[in-house]
Amino acid sequence: MVGLGQVFLLWLRENLFFSWRNGVLSVVVGGFLLWIIFLLGDWFFLSATWSGGIEDCRMRQDGACWPFVRVRFSQFVYGFYPSVERWRVNVVMFVFFTGIALLVWERTPWRGKIVLFMLCVFPLASWFLMRGGFFGLADVSTGRWGGFMLTLVLASVGIVTSLPFGILLALGRRAESLPFVKAFCVVFIEFWRGVPVITVLFATAFMLPLFMPASVNFDQLLRAMVGFILFSSAYMAEVVRGGLEGLQRGQYEASDALGMTYWQSRIRVILPQALKIMIPGILLTFIGLFKDTTLVLIIGLLDFLGMIQAGISDPRWGAPNVPFTGYAFAAVVYFCFCYSMSLYARHIEKKFSAGRDRRH
Amino acid sequence: MNQESLNRKARGLFVLFAAGLFAFGLGGALLLSPSAQALGGGDGGEGDYGKTLKEVTDKGYVQCGVSQGLPGFSNPDDAGNWSGIDVELCRAVATAIFNDPDKVQYSPLSAKVRFESLRSGEIDLLVRNTTWTFDRDVALGLEFVGVNYYDGQGFMVRKNLGVNSSQELNNVSVCTNTGTTTELNAADFFRANKLKYKIVAFEKSDEVVAAYDAGRCDVYTTDRSGLAAQRTKLSNPREHKVLPEIISKEPLGPVVRQGDEQWADLVRWVLNATIIAEELGLTSANIASHKNSDNPKIRRFVGSEGEFATALGLEDNAWAYNIIAKVGNYGEIYDRTVGPKTPLGLSRGDNALWTDGGILYAPPLR
Amino acid sequence: MSEAVDHPYRERRGVLRGLWASRKGRGLIYQVLLFSVLLLLILILVSNAFYNMEQRGLKAGFGFLNRTAGFGIVQSLVSYEETSTYGRAFVVALLNTILVASIGVVLATMLGFVIGVMRLSPNWMIARIATIYVETFRNIPLLLQILFWYVAILKPLPAPIDLFQQGESFFLSFNNRGLVFATPLPQAGFSLVLWALSLAVLASIAWSWYARRRQLQKGDQLPVLWPCLAGIVGLPFAVFLLLGLPLDFVPPVMARFTYEGGSTVVIEFFALLWALVIYTAAFIADIVRAGIQGIPYGQSEAAYSLGLKRTQTLKLVTIPQALRIIIPPLTSQYLNLTKNSSLAAAIAYPDLVSVFAGTALSQTGRAIEIMFMTLSVYLSLSLLTSLAMNIYQRRTQLVER
Repeated sequence: MVGLGQVFLLWLRENLFFSWRNGVLSVVVGGFLLWIIFLLGDWFFLSATWSGGIEDCRMRQDGACWPFVRVRFSQFVYGFYPSVERWRVNVVMFVFFTGIALLVWERTPWRGKIVLFMLCVFPLASWFLMRGGFFGLADVSTGRWGGFMLTLVLASVGIVTSLPFGILLALGRRAESLPFVKAFCVVFIEFWRGVPVITVLFATAFMLPLFMPASVNFDQLLRAMVGFILFSSAYMAEVVRGGLEGLQRGQYEASDALGMTYWQSRIRVILPQALKIMIPGILLTFIGLFKDTTLVLIIGLLDFLGMIQAGISDPRWGAPNVPFTGYAFAAVVYFCFCYSMSLYARHIEKKFSAGRDRRH
Repeated sequence: MNQESLNRKARGLFVLFAAGLFAFGLGGALLLSPSAQALGGGDGGEGDYGKTLKEVTDKGYVQCGVSQGLPGFSNPDDAGNWSGIDVELCRAVATAIFNDPDKVQYSPLSAKVRFESLRSGEIDLLVRNTTWTFDRDVALGLEFVGVNYYDGQGFMVRKNLGVNSSQELNNVSVCTNTGTTTELNAADFFRANKLKYKIVAFEKSDEVVAAYDAGRCDVYTTDRSGLAAQRTKLSNPREHKVLPEIISKEPLGPVVRQGDEQWADLVRWVLNATIIAEELGLTSANIASHKNSDNPKIRRFVGSEGEFATALGLEDNAWAYNIIAKVGNYGEIYDRTVGPKTPLGLSRGDNALWTDGGILYAPPLR
Repeated sequence: MSEAVDHPYRERRGVLRGLWASRKGRGLIYQVLLFSVLLLLILILVSNAFYNMEQRGLKAGFGFLNRTAGFGIVQSLVSYEETSTYGRAFVVALLNTILVASIGVVLATMLGFVIGVMRLSPNWMIARIATIYVETFRNIPLLLQILFWYVAILKPLPAPIDLFQQGESFFLSFNNRGLVFATPLPQAGFSLVLWALSLAVLASIAWSWYARRRQLQKGDQLPVLWPCLAGIVGLPFAVFLLLGLPLDFVPPVMARFTYEGGSTVVIEFFALLWALVIYTAAFIADIVRAGIQGIPYGQSEAAYSLGLKRTQTLKLVTIPQALRIIIPPLTSQYLNLTKNSSLAAAIAYPDLVSVFAGTALSQTGRAIEIMFMTLSVYLSLSLLTSLAMNIYQRRTQLVER
């Protein structure tokens, strides 16, 4: 034990107190950190209301009001999805998270097949399952989708559909021999990357119906999805371009030398390698998209944050700490998801760079 | 899995995607071409008469545009059910058509997109605390069919400022919502009275409340119903008061698309029916006992006399009876959504019947 | 094309097949296809739009820009009244967007570099807190952060009514309405001060140019930063004093509820700026860290063995080289910050989206025109930023050679 204590002291001296200036700095910064942790802990736990109702929350305004979250929890998750039909969402979410877990675990057999399933079959199947309207499944219009489920739907649809579009756009942008295709891709990518997400959503919500014939009726969700697909394709195209540029020239030259056509070389040689390098970039784009879904509430969709805001506006939950509780809950949930994804992205990045280093 | 089969799969995927893209493009071009417009029959004018009701009966529910959460008007409760005076009107319309108040689907809409949603046919009916103004009625392709709540814009201030009249509000900063008539009304009021002000306009009411509560503004202005609702969310509601003056007329009412007079009539008379029922003293509790009443007014109302359904495109002559039995008359709706016993605690005021000192007045049903 | 003509057997198969057989020809077919599909799509969409606008009785045109706006804007860099036009409101909103974005870019860069360097600090506590900072703020949606910081900044600040007596005038105050200060009113002769300032700036540029040339030729370093700063601040100030302070101040005076007069930078500006800076700095910090780590450690070792300290090494050796890696992603962060400033509507900062694509749009109903103008503004801001950064990057590359 003494040895351990000495090691600890040594560690302290080497990492925190190696000069008197750093010693002071360490103490000040550490104190600040502790103070923040104490403030947050006090608000989240010690001074919080854990049971009861709105009256109890009004009594203790210095802490969080957790009964609000508890009572509204299912709304935050499912929106206005009818409660008897919620098993469908549960099935979809279960498959979604299981699929992700299987993919993250590196020793899963048939990972390639699972990727294909998650990218092609699963989105369509889950869309039809949640939408219903056949085989005796009750029809649940997209207007009733909401909450966390809607957030997941928006972000996933954005990523899954933007992948093929992004690949085409990136290839087009690098096609030097096709000036018109290249120009189109450059303009498309730079346009959607150059304008704020909020205005894209706004434009699709407002102007799409104007550009559509009267017989075509896009509901709000579809309009938001069109917006998400447009700009996430542009972002994805840049990720793909990064991947393509990350490959050594030799790969292109070798496949040309083998007499492959353009598409043969892209599909058999370039993309399989580039896609691997791109995984961290794709994940980061997904994180961005996941955070950007919070903006759909401006065009009237009640996603996770939108549902929380709708709950806050209920006069039966009228207390000043209720909005903070709602937002804090949202922040924690978003943080957990985004942080775990970025951890995973970094892990993959490290793995690949290690692999590449070994080759040299 | 070896590299070869992976490649083959990737190629298969790509071919599939290319084919899908092609089909999508072809279908899209066909769908979007102007000839499809003619097929869709969106040529306006007389062609739209009766279209909305037919669509509603076909799909089996009314798609009703409501606010994203305005207490007392439309707000999801803990169980996720919508409630409020606007929601009740949607339910009444559904009852008139299907004899079932639950055959409604709600589209929560932001102030900005509400009119476009209605015009594009995404919703059948807009009941979203929308003020009836000349421009909206005439120039935006919309039709206002009545008023379900007479509101007016007011001011809320801290009691300790010692203000008794809105005329005293010189050199103030004012918190309000953006994108509504509220912002302009406030500007008009201060300009007309030569008072100086700074307006701070937020996207959502929750932020207005938070900012006002934190002392960002001296005054909070919005419709008085809204002030009543938002006051409950302040950290100390008793320290604030709503000034007596009303600076604008805000007749809030249901809106439909221009061009389908049948649907406009239907919504208008559903609203009128709830008011007439209150005049006649018919409530959800007692209307069953009036089914065989001798009073001709009541006999017409419950559908035992006269023919009031077919002209509206309805089948059940007792549609008004159904509304009152299943949803209630205007007074009942008011009391359970915004009335004195709710968190909003609004007295009837202008929204009382004309016989009780208010301005609610429905044309006779005959 | 000539390829196809050279081989007669291809001609027999028809022109299209012949085209398809050559790589160039296929490319041509792709391009023609894309072009015609695009043209068709645009034609269809435009005709639909005209048809729908006519159906819904909507008018088109930019004439509304000359109509009276009728709404107030809480902060304007150029004079604005309710009686001003929509065009004027557009300019006011645009300037507000540019203001918050440009200051935000500068501050976020500074904070981002500090945090990025902190993450590589040998002090465990410093490195750890920088990591916590980056991970926390990167992974929470910006909208939530803006809402949080707004209330967090607003709550502790006092109201003007708590600070001043009625009738009291003050020179400078930071309260829950914003930063309030006396409006400077230049008197006769003040333009001389501005001339002096321009002169000092020009002289500073010339001096630093000379200093660099001399360093390249002779190797000794002339002091640049301090003399320039002294000149830029000192010369105009001296002129200002000599002229007998030709500047009047109109102070704000406390009225019954709040102050009257003076100039105000609204509190929403600070909240939005703070949130944008904190959020963007987290991303910049990571870019800076990656950039510095991308420089071989031998560079730092070499600098240390030459006797440079850690800060000197960073400033003179590591960061200048890392800039090449840092600048492209840094540019896209600048663009993100500019675009993210459009979230201002949530907390009532009168930016372009809040005022023009918000209030003005719902007043006029001119969705297409207003969205067109708004999108063009953001696009041109993006292009300008990209352009500036490209020029800068080209310069750093030249220097490296």
